[in-house]
Amino acid sequence: MSLLELSGLSVHFGTMAAVADVSLTLQRGERFGIIGESGSGKTLTALAISGLLPEGAEMGGSIALDGVPLPRSEREMARLRGKRIGMVFQEPMTALNPLMRVNAQIAEAIALNPGEMVNVDVAQLLAEVGLEPRHGERFAHQLSGGQRQRAMIAMALAGQPDILIADEPTSALDMITQRMVLDLIAEICERRHMALLFISHDLKAVAALCSRVAVLHEGRVVESGPVAEVFSRPRESYTQLLVAASRFVMPTLVRQPIGDALLNLDKVTRDYRRGGVLIWAREPVRAVDAVSLQIGRGECLALVGPSGCGKTTLAKIIVGLDTASSGQITLSGQRYHGADLPQRLRRDVTLVFQDPFGSFDPRLTIGRSLAEPLRLEPDLRRETVPARLVEAIEAVGLEAGMLERYPHEFSGGQRQRLAIARALVTRPKLVVLDEPVSALDMSVRGDVLSLLARLQAEFGLTYLIISHDLDMVTAMADRVLVMEAGQIVEEGAPAQIFAKPQHRLTRDLVAARLPEVG
Amino acid sequence: MRRLLAHPSLAIGLSATLLFALLGLVSLVWTPFPIADIDIGRRFLGVTASHWLGTDNLGRDMVSLLMAGTLTSFLVAALAVGIGAGIGVPLGLLAAAWGGPVEWLVLRFSDFIFAFPAVIVAILITTLVGPGAINAIIAIGIFNIPVFARVARGGALSIATLDFVAAGRLAGLGNTRIAYRHLLPNIMSLLIVQGTIQMSLGILAEAGLSYIGLGTQPPETSLGLMLRDAQGVFLIHPWLTLLPGIAIVLIVIGLNIAGDGLRDAIDPRLRQGPTNVLA
Repeated sequence: MSLLELSGLSVHFGTMAAVADVSLTLQRGERFGIIGESGSGKTLTALAISGLLPEGAEMGGSIALDGVPLPRSEREMARLRGKRIGMVFQEPMTALNPLMRVNAQIAEAIALNPGEMVNVDVAQLLAEVGLEPRHGERFAHQLSGGQRQRAMIAMALAGQPDILIADEPTSALDMITQRMVLDLIAEICERRHMALLFISHDLKAVAALCSRVAVLHEGRVVESGPVAEVFSRPRESYTQLLVAASRFVMPTLVRQPIGDALLNLDKVTRDYRRGGVLIWAREPVRAVDAVSLQIGRGECLALVGPSGCGKTTLAKIIVGLDTASSGQITLSGQRYHGADLPQRLRRDVTLVFQDPFGSFDPRLTIGRSLAEPLRLEPDLRRETVPARLVEAIEAVGLEAGMLERYPHEFSGGQRQRLAIARALVTRPKLVVLDEPVSALDMSVRGDVLSLLARLQAEFGLTYLIISHDLDMVTAMADRVLVMEAGQIVEEGAPAQIFAKPQHRLTRDLVAARLPEVG
Repeated sequence: MRRLLAHPSLAIGLSATLLFALLGLVSLVWTPFPIADIDIGRRFLGVTASHWLGTDNLGRDMVSLLMAGTLTSFLVAALAVGIGAGIGVPLGLLAAAWGGPVEWLVLRFSDFIFAFPAVIVAILITTLVGPGAINAIIAIGIFNIPVFARVARGGALSIATLDFVAAGRLAGLGNTRIAYRHLLPNIMSLLIVQGTIQMSLGILAEAGLSYIGLGTQPPETSLGLMLRDAQGVFLIHPWLTLLPGIAIVLIVIGLNIAGDGLRDAIDPRLRQGPTNVLA
């Protein structure tokens, strides 16, 4: 008898079916992956299993645990949760109580789920997830992302569950931490002989962790089977699309040779003051520490590093949203320090933001948002504005008619295309791309990257890509800089730097890379 | 619009408020009797065919007084909200968009104003220029300024961290344009809700000021002034006190319910629906 059996599970919101006819089985000790993009219903499936569906959702079909249907009453379900089913959520910062120490939260999880045979204690659980006792004394905000996720796993383990449901547990983490958390989950499942239901949009993570996989698309299971089989010989076209998208295949384009230096950074440093006045002032935090770099005309330079290494701060200084504490930048012969970037040069540098959902004003039409940067061209005549907008939106493969619409009418991939269009509307020389695809679904990432490559070849753009995704960087960049704690620690061509990493951090990054699928 | 009316509290609150506002507006062109018409011989009449709610101690028609009084209350409260929002919202946006010393100044300024309740300001104005409805408007308006400044600043601060504001700055927009173009439209719903709540507080404050004689002066009337006129005869003719009292209570409850309903209807986090769980 299988441990968990879903047959014909459906979740409806009114007349809209978010999940339809999902059937799958999970054996004891098995690691099962559910792959799907945003809106595919993968999270709702997980919530249905744990009985945590949001208000207004109606569930159909049946879910059986050890052959017994799940109870419908909240009281009995609550007893089951934790003891039989443990959950790890995507965003550990909001899943942990900010006002309770980690120890207290784990102790609470233990107290609510008294084990029948073994006595578990907090110290033991902390050790199992690789945290030290001193971490237990801290609050959620005092831990790093990876440590928080470990604490969440410890809480899920407190009730000695038979099934661990992990809903995108690593998508908020950087590469190195992601690999550590995945390895930890694999190790714990192995040791406890615990079944795992791993929900993710990342094929590589599923391939590394799971033995069987189901591909969800628009609420339905498109394909399921052993991981090796599904990923190496996908039968359905949607699965084939996903597998192809997980390997970034760039179009081969004719590009102009890299020219002379366009941007030059000379010992740029950024200190952030912390609280306190005069003698009580605390040591400032150095986010960027004497970074010097050069980008040639038409080059694609990538800046990689773990979260918090200062790469985004550096990008903000370059585009003029922040000011360097010391050091200087030279753009086309003009010196500046950040926010003092002269108005006439602002049209030459631009930034594409990471999150396509926050980067457009919900109250403005796309056309008005796109026209905003054009004010940087004082000699532009009013009549030519519509033509420029149409030119920009068509360059990113969208239609001119979309200018009249509002941001919420577009998908994540389309919004990122629109964000690129806004960045290009002033015909800039340097485009800074801050994690341009990390917030997007797998299947559209490839499209957006090919678009960026095509635009670069077409308009002779210079890119500075900020990322922690080595695969994307390998596909796009001419040169890579590795950054740690505000300093550049290694530099070189991607092929060479990732084949023979010199610095400890680069070695860790390369080691954390998940193997290709298929 | 249908979505707004789907909230029962909003529909009830709004229709109650509109009903009273309409009553007040009608008094501009027509009241059963002129409110300045004093006829001592006909005083303390009960409910009669010509005087639907009776007459007061000076023989004035209660229906006419209530209508005119409601208008005064609404007018004073609305103008006070106008003053508060007109000065407070720009101040709050100023604080959010500029930050640093500007923000500090705005916050301390609003703390400073917060220290003076409307009554104190009204007493101050009365000693300087004498009592009147205008004084009530100014006093309550000043009291509203820091409220709107804080709401605007709080809302704008949470919007200001979003990427589209940074995109605006990249596009060369100055602080003023950022505030006007990106921040203000996105906090509008917050301000509308706060405006409704300040309306109800304003009506209460106007009643209070008129009651202690610092607001509206005869021959004009307001709900607070009617309370004051009737308090001497409360034990003999409680009807005269109850009528304006009930009117105030109903208006304030209506406005509060409408404000709560507006917040529920506008706040996407409280909105029912599966839009944000389909991750």
